[in-house]
Order: sequence, then structure tokens, then C-alpha cells
Amino acid sequence: MTEAGTNSGAYAPGQHPDLPPPKGSAGAAGWMRGNLFSSPFNTAVTILAAILLYELITSIAGWFVLDAVIDAGSKADCRQAGSGACWAVIKIRINQFTFGFYPADERWRPILAFVLMFAALAPLLFDKTPFRRQMIWFAVAYPFIAGWLIYGGFGLVIVDTQSYGGFMLTLIIGITGIAASLPIGILLALGRQSRLFSIRIICVSLIEFLRGVPLITLLFVASTMLNYFMPPGTSFNLLVRVLIMVTIFASAYIAEVVRGGLQAIPRGQYEAADAMGFTYWKTTRLITLPQALKISIPGIVNTFIALYKDTTLVVIIGLLDPLGIGRAVLADAKWNGLSTETYLFVALFFFFSCFAMSRYSLYLEKRLHTGH
Amino acid sequence: MISIEAMHKWFGAFHVLKDINLQVYEGERIVICGPSGSGKSTLIRCINRLEQHQQGDIIVDGTELTGDLKHIELIRSEVGMVFQHFNLFPHLSVLENCTLAPIWVRKMAKRDAEEIAMQYLERVKIPEQAAKFPGQLSGGQQQRVAIARALCMTPKIMLFDEPTSALDPEMIKEVLDVMIELAETGMTMLVVTHEMGFAKTVADCVVFMDEGEIIERNDPEPFFNAPEHERTKLFLSQILTH
Ligand SMILES: Nc1ncnc2c1ncn2[C@@H]1O[C@H](COP(=O)(O)OP(=O)(O)OP(=O)(O)O)[C@@H](O)[C@H]1O
Ligand SMILES: [Mg+2]
Repeated sequence: MTEAGTNSGAYAPGQHPDLPPPKGSAGAAGWMRGNLFSSPFNTAVTILAAILLYELITSIAGWFVLDAVIDAGSKADCRQAGSGACWAVIKIRINQFTFGFYPADERWRPILAFVLMFAALAPLLFDKTPFRRQMIWFAVAYPFIAGWLIYGGFGLVIVDTQSYGGFMLTLIIGITGIAASLPIGILLALGRQSRLFSIRIICVSLIEFLRGVPLITLLFVASTMLNYFMPPGTSFNLLVRVLIMVTIFASAYIAEVVRGGLQAIPRGQYEAADAMGFTYWKTTRLITLPQALKISIPGIVNTFIALYKDTTLVVIIGLLDPLGIGRAVLADAKWNGLSTETYLFVALFFFFSCFAMSRYSLYLEKRLHTGH
Repeated sequence: MISIEAMHKWFGAFHVLKDINLQVYEGERIVICGPSGSGKSTLIRCINRLEQHQQGDIIVDGTELTGDLKHIELIRSEVGMVFQHFNLFPHLSVLENCTLAPIWVRKMAKRDAEEIAMQYLERVKIPEQAAKFPGQLSGGQQQRVAIARALCMTPKIMLFDEPTSALDPEMIKEVLDVMIELAETGMTMLVVTHEMGFAKTVADCVVFMDEGEIIERNDPEPFFNAPEHERTKLFLSQILTH
């Protein structure tokens, strides 16, 4: 037996070297033993799960890929050619799913806007982007460039917003909403904590009102009621109205998320900033807001994802988002009844966009972690 | 340098500071002590307007503290403060903590600010930690960064509010050593602390507060050896025997 207070005597006190871990407790084998086969019950569950997974994957793969039909002229053709999914309906209508009724000759414009978007996003999302300073100016100009490219004017043919649809419409509404609601939401959150009573009251009422109303009703208001408030004879573009509604709706949620972050900032941070002579706006911009935003990332991304998916609601007021296109496609007698393929396709599009956002937020949280 | 006359302060109906009169001359080192809740923190926080006094005058380096924002800004840029809980900015590196105010408040060029910051980090003996974040440092190191951060604004007066009371015993000395060195450079210092050893070696005078009043003000030697007031005696016997 070893006595308390001494070691077992293999090494002199203070001379114990670092030894490798016991075999099977580290590496892939160790992980598997610990997590999959740690007990007879665990082993049984693991094997059962493996069998189920295998069945599931093979049948899904069969329907999705192996037995699926890509080229066919109608649903009947499809069913003859294979027992799996009939992707032909998507293939034939892919341009509509992507662009709605945007004229074919002008489609390069939204495509170019989409490609440029990555150049605009890079300096904002990744701090190691080369030429970041210059690129940020491009990011600032991007909304105008994209608006010009997609809508037209100044030398480009004007494409009316009524013909926008599909994923393009989702991206326009989603990205505009995301980009505009963050700054507005931050201002609302700051206003809600303002020392000036009138500003505070305005911000609180706005936030509470917007959070207390379903987005759908706001969209209906946008599509019908706003006309009553406009001078007669002016027509105010429906898409712009929708963009405004989606943005202010999301802003209210962002405001509450950011306020939560601001409240988590200890008083000492404000005191240290005050003591060094920072003004309110400098304190906010340099000290409290960066910390608050960092805490709020999960909540902010959550709101963004919700907003992005809520863009499908515009189908109700007659805009042709991917679901609207899907409905139109299914109404075609030749393809009647292929709703599984159509809606799955739309679902996959949303899933991959949202999954990307959620992965980015994890990356951001990790990068901003400063060990405390 | 600092002149406080007939100053009163209330928190709501609670009279925290009562008829405070205090003169601090250039280069003077003053230690303020007293029981918990006696108003020590409130007093030194009034000097840079973290708290607002309601009656009486506070004049710092010729500028009177009023509601005038220009005056407040001026005074804050001349008065450095070190807090009990450091209050470093956790999202910035040690170096950025030190350069933030010089760059944004003093409008100094980034390179100059960094050069000065490194000098002060060397003075508090942690230049090698400049790239780390506050959360990666020990308490004593964080407090030394906080001191360097305040010094980077080249203040004329330094306020310390219990700079060592949140620290483990072995770290107290490294912070006190830095403060002693600072005192040797002739900095005007107001220090709220219970470190009586520091008071004895560094202070020009010791102020004892209780229940919002300055009870006694004296040189360290007579203060510790022959306190005039009963309450001072009681307080000293408590902190020296515990
Ligand atoms: N913001 C505030 N609002 C109301 N009362 C306060 C506030 N800050 C401090 N007080 C009260 O004022 C009194 C003096 O507080 P102060 O922090 O100045 O004491 P202190 O001498 O620094 O004590 P300690 O040694 O515990 O730090 C205490 O009774 C405290 O409860
Ligand atoms: Mg205190």
C-alpha cells in the first residue's frame, strides 16, 4: 500500500516524467470503446442503430438517386422509366425555380449580382480577406450595385419586380432583411436603453408592437392597407413594401436579442470607459457593443434563420417565392401529383442555406472566443 | 491639485458623504481607509464624476466639476482610475486595452500609442503578455495591465479603489510594488486600501472615513501610533489584529 502523502516509489518525488496514456483510452479505438461499446446494452443499441441506419440510407439513396428519373416529358413518362423520384419536373422548371419569370436574356444580371455578393460578404464575414479595407467600401456600395443590376435603369433594361420569383426572390428578401435589420435592431436596442425618455418610449412601443403582431398580418397590411395611406395615383412597389415590413419585423427581434447582450455587460465596463473619457458613442462602438454582439451571436443568427424561412410567407400575398413557383408547377396537368419532389427540392434549398448560416455562426463564436 | 470643499452627496434619501473637505497637493500620496460602507469609493468616484455630488465644490487641477461636459471630459482625461475588479476590456488584447483610449480619446496615432503602451507595460513588468487577452492572465497581472492602461493616458492624478482586495495574497505584492514605484516617480495618488504596510511606507498622509465623514487626517506615523479618535483606534485595532 502507498502511504498518504507519498507516491508509490517508482520515481523520486518531483521526478515523475510525462507518460503516454494507457492503451485504448485515446485515439479512434479509445473513442469507439468509450462511446459505442462501453457496455453490453450500449453495444446492442449501437448495432441496432447501425442496422436501421443502413436500411434508411439504402432506401433513401434508392429513391433519391438510384431509381430516380431525371429526363422525362411528363409524370407518366417518369413513372415508366423508374420507381424513384421524378426529378424531371425540377429539371424542366429549374429556371423558374431560380428566377421566377425574370426574362431569360437578362438572367445574367441577377447571376452577376449573386456572384458579386460573395465578394461583398467576404470582407465582412472573414477578417483575413486580402485588401479588406478597400473591399469594405465595395460591400457598402454593393446594395446599390445589386439593386441596379437586378432592377435595371441607367442603361440596363428595366425588369419589373412582378416578374421576380423563385430562389432569387427568397435571396432578395432574405438578404435585404438580414442586412438591414441588424443595424436597425441595434439602434432600437440602444434607444430602448437611452436616458432620453422620448427616445426610449418610441423604441419600446415600436419593438413591443412589432413583436406582438404576426408577420403575416404585416404582409397583408403591406399588400393592401398601405395604399390607403398613399396619395392617390402613386403606386408604391409591392416588393419594396414587403422588404420594409420584413426588415422592421426582424429588427424588433434583433433589438431584443442585442438588448439581452447589452444587459450582460458588467457596469464596470461602462465605468472604466467613462473614467478614461470615452463618449457615449465611442463607448458603445468600441467597448460595449462588440461584447454584446458577441454574446448575442446565437440569438442573432436564430433570428436571421427564422426571417429567411419566413420569406416563404410572401406567397400568401401573391409573390412567387419558391413555394409559389412550386404550386404553379404542380398545377400543370403534365406534372400533377409530384408534390413530394417539388417540396423536397425547395426544402433542401432552405436547409442548405440555413445550415450554412448556422455553421458560420459557430465559426464566428469560436474565433471571437478570448478565453474568459 | 484636488480641492474639495464642503461637499455633500446623497443616494436618494441616504446621506453618503457629509461635509467633505480635502486638499491634495501635487505629488502627494494619500491613503483613504475606513470601514466598509463608509463612503470611500463614493468619495474618489466623485473626483472623476463617476458619481455626481449635490453640494459643495470639487476643483481638479484648476477645473471645477460641474454639469459641463467639457469640464468632465477634461478632468477625466487627466485623472486615471484603477478599480477593484480591474474592469479590463475582455474582447481586446492587453496592448489594445492600453492603446484604445490614447487613440480614440487623445487622438494619438496608433503607432505612437503602441510604443507608449509598451513602455508602460514594461514598467509594470509584463511586456511579454501584450498580445494575450485579459482572460488569460492572473489577477495580479490583470491589475498591473489596468494600471498601465490608466498610465497610458499620461494622467496627472491616479485614483485607486481597493486595487488589491480582489487578489490572492501572493499577487498583492506584485501590484503594490508597481504602485510603490509609481509613487517614487512623483505621481499624485489617492488610494483607497486596507494595506496598512503600503500606507506606512508610501503615504504622505492617511485619511480615515466613517459613516460618510472624514474623521481624521494625519501623517502615517502619528496616525498609526497615536490616533486621536476612538473610532480610528477601534478600526485600527480591528484591521491590525485580524
Ligand atoms: N449607487 C448606489 N445607490 C445607493 N446606495 C449606494 C450606491 N453606491 C453605494 N451606496 C451606498 O453608499 C454607502 C457607501 O458606499 P461606498 O461604496 O462608497 O463604501 P466603501 O467605503 O467604498 O465600502 P467598501 O469598503 O465596502 O468598498 C454604502 O452604504 C452603500 O450601500
Ligand atoms: Mg468601496
